[in-house]
Amino acid sequence: MMRNSLSKFGQAIKLPGLSFGLAFTLTGFIIAFSDSKVLSKIGSPLEFIKSAGATAGNAYLALFQGSIFDINLTKSHNFFQGFYPLSETIVIATPLILTGLSVALAFKSGLFNIGAQGQFIFGAIGASYVGFHFHLPLVIHVIAAALAGMALASIWGGAVGLLKAKTGAHEVILTIMMNYIAGYFILWTLKTSQFLRPGRIDPIAPEVNQSARLPLLAGANLRIHAGIFIALAAALFVWWLLTKTTIGYKFRAVGANGQAAKTAGISVPFVLTATMAICGALAGLGGAVQVLGSEHALNADIAGSFGFDAITVALLGRAQPLGTVFAALLFGALHAGGRTMQSNTGVPLDIVLVTQALIVLFIAAPTFVRFIFRLKKLNSSAGLTSKGWNG
Amino acid sequence: MSEIRSSVEKRRLRGVVVITLLSSLSFLYFGFISPGKNKTTFGFVLNNEWVLIKEWIIASATGVKIFSGISLVASVLAILAYRKRRQIVFPVGVATFGILMSFITWAASGKFIPLTGLLQGALLLAVPLIFGSMSGLICERSGVINIAIEGQLLASAFVSGVVASLTHKTIWGLIAAPIAGAAISFLLATFAIKFSVDQVILGFVLNVLVIGLTDFLYKKLLVPYQSTWNTAPTFGKIELPVLSKIPVLGPIFFSQSIVVYIMFAIVASITFALFKTKWGLRTRAIGEHPTAADTVGIDVNKLRFKNVIIAGLIAGVGGAYYTVGSVGAFGKEMTAGAGFIALAALIFGKWSPIGAVFAALLFGFADNLQSTLTIIGVSIPSEFMLMVPYIATIIAVTGLVGRVRAPAADGVPYLRGGAH
Repeated sequence: MMRNSLSKFGQAIKLPGLSFGLAFTLTGFIIAFSDSKVLSKIGSPLEFIKSAGATAGNAYLALFQGSIFDINLTKSHNFFQGFYPLSETIVIATPLILTGLSVALAFKSGLFNIGAQGQFIFGAIGASYVGFHFHLPLVIHVIAAALAGMALASIWGGAVGLLKAKTGAHEVILTIMMNYIAGYFILWTLKTSQFLRPGRIDPIAPEVNQSARLPLLAGANLRIHAGIFIALAAALFVWWLLTKTTIGYKFRAVGANGQAAKTAGISVPFVLTATMAICGALAGLGGAVQVLGSEHALNADIAGSFGFDAITVALLGRAQPLGTVFAALLFGALHAGGRTMQSNTGVPLDIVLVTQALIVLFIAAPTFVRFIFRLKKLNSSAGLTSKGWNG
Repeated sequence: MSEIRSSVEKRRLRGVVVITLLSSLSFLYFGFISPGKNKTTFGFVLNNEWVLIKEWIIASATGVKIFSGISLVASVLAILAYRKRRQIVFPVGVATFGILMSFITWAASGKFIPLTGLLQGALLLAVPLIFGSMSGLICERSGVINIAIEGQLLASAFVSGVVASLTHKTIWGLIAAPIAGAAISFLLATFAIKFSVDQVILGFVLNVLVIGLTDFLYKKLLVPYQSTWNTAPTFGKIELPVLSKIPVLGPIFFSQSIVVYIMFAIVASITFALFKTKWGLRTRAIGEHPTAADTVGIDVNKLRFKNVIIAGLIAGVGGAYYTVGSVGAFGKEMTAGAGFIALAALIFGKWSPIGAVFAALLFGFADNLQSTLTIIGVSIPSEFMLMVPYIATIIAVTGLVGRVRAPAADGVPYLRGGAH
């Protein structure tokens, strides 16, 4: 019995494990072979391999130091401060969880939501405006600001579902276009007199009031804030919505087979619009948390690449709420660690994008990983799919 | 079947209603409610072509009335055509042109608009879009969704820039670029066809991969060792004798770099090959009904593989346009989403070569109009002008262009024995 479940666990972990190994190995090669010091030793094979291993090893060590625990910080400050990198990882992962959930939920209804970026932007705009413009009591202010952001983003996202339902336009094209529009919209917003910070001419909004900020969790030295609990609660909500409610059942039914769902009497237009509205709200909450938790002021680059990374996060998490949380934490760690790697070892941060892409590619292609490692074919773990243009 | 027909009818009707409304609005708003007070000057001469008319100066209010009048007449013709169940594409096109010209005349009141320059710039901005959409076209007509156009363009721009810098020869950059595009295609084809990975996800991941790799190498090599790695020379303009002297058309079409001429050739050959050759017939067959194609002896997956590689070669030339074809040095993420706009152009153009080219030109025009109007100083915030191509795409895919249908087997891996 025990042995059986162990081997089952082994089976489940084998492919993701191999995918990760493959992705990190390939990235290591890229890091090593693009280093001029390594390349200068190409004459003697032994030295070359040594130097290549050292370069890649140092980069990965810095990646760990920048994402989990840094012993140097415990020496200069206190033991607790050594966890500063972990706090950074969680700060980056928090909005990623929310945007990742947005993409994951859409996948469950058979939609490919590339629009988390735009939805994030509207969430940030709404939260920022309520945050600095109004004066409200402590807890109420945060909630009001977050709800404002979610509402705006929900409309922005819901519009995609409605347009798809009414006209048959494909959500991939719609959301790509709406990301651009949102990107220009925030640039314009920051220039308006409403959002321009007094005394400044660069595009940055006033800071949100103290009452609208999410509390810090571990003192003023670490940036980790209460947003992570919001993100985890959202993951729980998505899990509950999908598995315990009728509406979630309808979402999954449409995702599995739209035609059959329609025949069974489920209103597909309603499901598409509702899904995208909730997805918008989730990504918008991500934007709100980013403003209220860590940035405190709206700026042109507030969305960073949270909306785009969300897609890789959701794909890696296989569109499951819990999986998405872990994937977001991993990518948060890669980003936080990437910064340290860049400053300590000179390996550009952008390499983590390559690692992310490779991980998702291998996870999405189980047949490929089996082919590489000569594994037997199994019928389990079907790959994630989206629908083509006619879907 | 009747359901499909009625939905086509509905979209046609929607198109006619929208264009009529826009024409009337443009006539009323630009012509009467808020007319331009000054004169608008249109310039026609760019280089040294033969001069027929150098400039055309007209009072903005009058100009707007003329152009909006044209669009109103065209709208009426569209209504008539709709009622007689004839094609409405032509009158709708004319009406759109009229509205656009009214807007330009109104917006540039009291200013100088270099019309030839505007069109030439539009074509130049459309060049990578056209290459990209041709790449998408060949893939998708064969039944493989290609979202990785952005990656193909970016990878080949990078490689052509680097190769041209190292060899100091533009031609090597132009030769290396298609190979880079084909390499991305090779990944796309291998994972999509051999390992049946979902093609939308795959394309997306390939884009991230290329963005990450080029950003990484850019910072690691191209910035610190710029003089060796990132000083690509560029192709000069080739002015075709006589043709380049034709007013308006000459500078637009016949005074360009070699990459643009290659583009003309590629568009012409694809249009011909897709509809007039055996290869084209087979390609369309495997995109629409692979099982039937298989039955008559076409190796579906082999042809798909081949076509995806061809598509990569084509996108690669488009990538070369960014570096050796125009500015020389490679810039971080210099394609800036052109691959996605190319994809939109493909869908906007209903998966037809000519349609995609026109859609790409339209995007190029909207883009260039935006920068031209910003330069001459128009009171509309530039951010809103920048949104125009994207809003236009949304309007297009939500129904103005009529029913849009992808090749039936687009994105569906073909497994023998009908296992999909």
